[in-house]
Amino acid sequence: MTLAFQTMNAIPHGPDYVSILPEIVLSLFGLLIMMLDPVMDERRSQRTLGGIALIGSILALLATVYQGHYLAQTGFPGLAFWNMVKIDAFSIFFHFVVALVTILVILASYEYMEVQQIRAGEYYGLLLFGAVGMALMSSAVELVLTFIALEISSIATYILAGFRRRSAISAESSLKYFLLGSFATSFFLYGVALMFGATGSTSISAIADSMARYANGGHGPLLAYLGVAFMFVGLGFKVAAAPFHVWTPDVYEGAPSPVVAFMSTAPKAAVFAVLLRIMFQTHAPGRIWLIWAAAALSMTIGNIAALVQDNVKRLLAYSSIAHAGYLLVAFASLPENGIPAAMFYAASYAVMNVGAFAVVGHFASHGERYVTIEDYAGLGKRSPLLAAVFTMFLLSLIGIPMFGGFFAKFYVFSAALQSDLVGLVIIGVLNSAVAAYYYLRIIVVMYMREPREEVPVAPVPAGLGFALTLSLALTIYLGVLPNRVLEYAHQSVELLK
Amino acid sequence: MNWLDQHILTLVTFIPAIGGLLLLALRRDREIRWFALLVSLFAFIASLHLPAHFHRDRVGFQFLQDVPWISRPNIHYHVGLDGISIWLVVLTTFLTPLCVLISWTSIQERVKEFFLLLLILETALIGVFVALDLFLFYFFWEATLIPMALLIGIYGHGRRVYAAVKFFLYTMIASVFMLAGILWLYAKVGSFDFVVLQNALHNGSVPDYTGYTPLLLFLGFFVAFAVKVPLFPFHTWLPDAHVEAPTAGSVLLAGVLLKMGTYGMLRFNLGLFPDQARANAGWIADLALIGIVYGALVAMVQPNMKKLIAYSSISHLGFVVLGIFSFTQAGLNGAMFIMLAHGISTGGLFMLAGILYERRHTYEISQFGGLASPMPAYARFFLVVLLASVGLPLLNGFIGEFLALSGAFQARTWWGIVGATGVIWSACYLLWMYQRVFFGQLTHEENNRLPDLNLREKTALWPTVVMALAMGIAPMLWLNGIDPAVHNVLSPSPEKNVSTAGEAARPTQLASKAVGQ
Repeated sequence: MTLAFQTMNAIPHGPDYVSILPEIVLSLFGLLIMMLDPVMDERRSQRTLGGIALIGSILALLATVYQGHYLAQTGFPGLAFWNMVKIDAFSIFFHFVVALVTILVILASYEYMEVQQIRAGEYYGLLLFGAVGMALMSSAVELVLTFIALEISSIATYILAGFRRRSAISAESSLKYFLLGSFATSFFLYGVALMFGATGSTSISAIADSMARYANGGHGPLLAYLGVAFMFVGLGFKVAAAPFHVWTPDVYEGAPSPVVAFMSTAPKAAVFAVLLRIMFQTHAPGRIWLIWAAAALSMTIGNIAALVQDNVKRLLAYSSIAHAGYLLVAFASLPENGIPAAMFYAASYAVMNVGAFAVVGHFASHGERYVTIEDYAGLGKRSPLLAAVFTMFLLSLIGIPMFGGFFAKFYVFSAALQSDLVGLVIIGVLNSAVAAYYYLRIIVVMYMREPREEVPVAPVPAGLGFALTLSLALTIYLGVLPNRVLEYAHQSVELLK
Repeated sequence: MNWLDQHILTLVTFIPAIGGLLLLALRRDREIRWFALLVSLFAFIASLHLPAHFHRDRVGFQFLQDVPWISRPNIHYHVGLDGISIWLVVLTTFLTPLCVLISWTSIQERVKEFFLLLLILETALIGVFVALDLFLFYFFWEATLIPMALLIGIYGHGRRVYAAVKFFLYTMIASVFMLAGILWLYAKVGSFDFVVLQNALHNGSVPDYTGYTPLLLFLGFFVAFAVKVPLFPFHTWLPDAHVEAPTAGSVLLAGVLLKMGTYGMLRFNLGLFPDQARANAGWIADLALIGIVYGALVAMVQPNMKKLIAYSSISHLGFVVLGIFSFTQAGLNGAMFIMLAHGISTGGLFMLAGILYERRHTYEISQFGGLASPMPAYARFFLVVLLASVGLPLLNGFIGEFLALSGAFQARTWWGIVGATGVIWSACYLLWMYQRVFFGQLTHEENNRLPDLNLREKTALWPTVVMALAMGIAPMLWLNGIDPAVHNVLSPSPEKNVSTAGEAARPTQLASKAVGQ
């Protein structure tokens, strides 16, 4: 913090603004939407505002790409705004994921909002503001700023969760998420305070310096252990890791499906980015056992609970708990393998899960009436293409070759074995075998049951079609040619050491 | 090496899948069938390049292609063939066109998806046999699951969903143990390459390869393969899967999928962990013997023709495992030969059962009787294929069983004695079934009107009959490729049993003795 005060006098200049360029773009477009919404014709505004949001998120994606070029060409060290923000290969990776998920979700929401007859321009504004928080989370290297970013993204998602205003469970979902979520964020803040007490700083690099003394043998101060544990509670809640997962099924069930697609992927990826920085860069004490337990619990609880679900949204909620568990396995591993594994997993989980929820949202129809597994009976006959696409997302979630989910899982377990976490890997592979069953149930119902005529199947609209094509293409790309993404993720190993 | 030799394996592997994707562009069912047939025939013809240019005297892998795929972790697209895998590849490409022919009229709904799945399955199966990178191997191994499960689940009979899910879960759960083993090896050696791993394990340069670790690794691989074979007591998925599967699914399941298990044992359990394999050969052979006898006895009392053939597969695959774990040259040669022969003869039996099902929509043996008079051609084909399966000399079943059993005798006398009863049992249940179906009075009037084989069915059956005969008369055409490769599997580990090593030099004589009788 002292470092921050010393440089506080300096006025931010060009590179500083480049380092938050995607955030600036997203905020500007978010504000534009909020200003246009009241003055526009109610019936037309939906598409226009959605289009503006789409342009904004595409520009944010381009801004991220520009950041990468800027870094490579100018040799800019990446630290900006009095060392509170850092852009590097790591944060650019997550910016990219967040922007991409935002684009996919906007495309998928386009027709969803019309079908659900939700008329609200602020929906797109909130999506963009949420994305600002998530992008900032991955580049913040000052825990107080991290907290602010976390709050920006959380508040946006709290509101988004309650967007199906006429539905009671949507309101319940929003309130539950809000109450438990703010409780969890306070844990995080408390952890930050304790960490400050232990090390005298809230800057991640300063904490890393003071913790590095204990890296080779010796215990850090007790406060640091507590700080790490508290922060993990707060962040663990956000990524829905057991035992902080209880809210997940209820919230996912009630929230609109595109919102679930959004909040089960983008904020999670961002929070995982924060966790990566905290756990690896600061040599967090007690990391391995803390995460070992959380990973084992999340995988087991998530998968076992998912076995008995009849509601597809709840099923996918439990599956997302399990996936958080697989991802955490990478966090218990050594940084050389664990960091790229976690990053790759976050990216591939994001694309496949957005795709899966987009299908669920489309199929649920007005008022999200058709969300049980039985409703999907015979979809393979009635809408072969939609069923085939959904099947491929589910196969990717199972971890079948050719899809990103397979390689992500493979890579995570490989990283864990290289760190001699044999027990955790065995729990993990057994879990992924169990998990096959419940995803398979949906596929079985779609292809091997007689169609239920009373369930309507609307044709896939263009926006959604494009979103599905894009996420499917990315899922397959990550499964067959993961090399480029992996190489990029590997650059972060040095950055976080 | 010319361009074709380098790329032939990739071509053979991916022609079916690419053809399958092109299939999506076609609209009419008729065109789809013809196109699928052409693609599978094309793959078969391309695969004939392999035995034609295979150097039978050379040990080690041929037609190698090694392209870096993913740099970290170090994964290569590394494919190659040796005497063990070459015939399994050709078996796969040989059976697929027959599967297309046999499904010509029986599949009427979702035709496009059916042939797409069939062709993708073919690619995955070939991939399993040619992969020399363990990641690639696992990739293809898992990739076979989905199309097969969907083929059973969508196009099967009665309890198809139950059978498909059971099949999927059994194999999926078992193979995660193999995945753990593969990852452990990579963590310690830093490579997925089969040859690199094999050398590292033989030199003893793998860190932490002590205590229970070798045993656990061996078992991890073994469980995955044992479920696939299936070895008693992991066999319960097989009868369900076979009975419910559509004919083409059964043919590929019995003909090729089960061989993935025995191939895996031969390639990985013996190739990577020879000492563990020898140490554990006792109980594994015991399980194989139980499988031989149990499978045969259960087959005997089956009222359902397809279930009977399924249980006979369990029995026959027991011979393969017994041959492999006898650790003799003859036993391993025999095991390899049974794999091929069983693929042809049992594949043929399933096709024949399917032909009957198309006419009568039942597999119940009691529904038939006296079929030889309305369907004489069918009866003749059935007899030849059935006798091949029984193991009549001059047909392909005999050579393999003879070699495997003589290997078992060399290893332990009582293995040979118990195993040999399996041959008798198989004659009992198969011939008894034949008698009940084809001879005696026509008890059901509707059977009298059953049409005999048509041209398409005959076209599908002739190749199996010809192959059964050719493999029975001239087994050396196949064995001279298999023999050096098998010898190579046996020899790298320090030879403990000198007498078997001596025996190993004379497999050719053994085989010719077998033919002479």
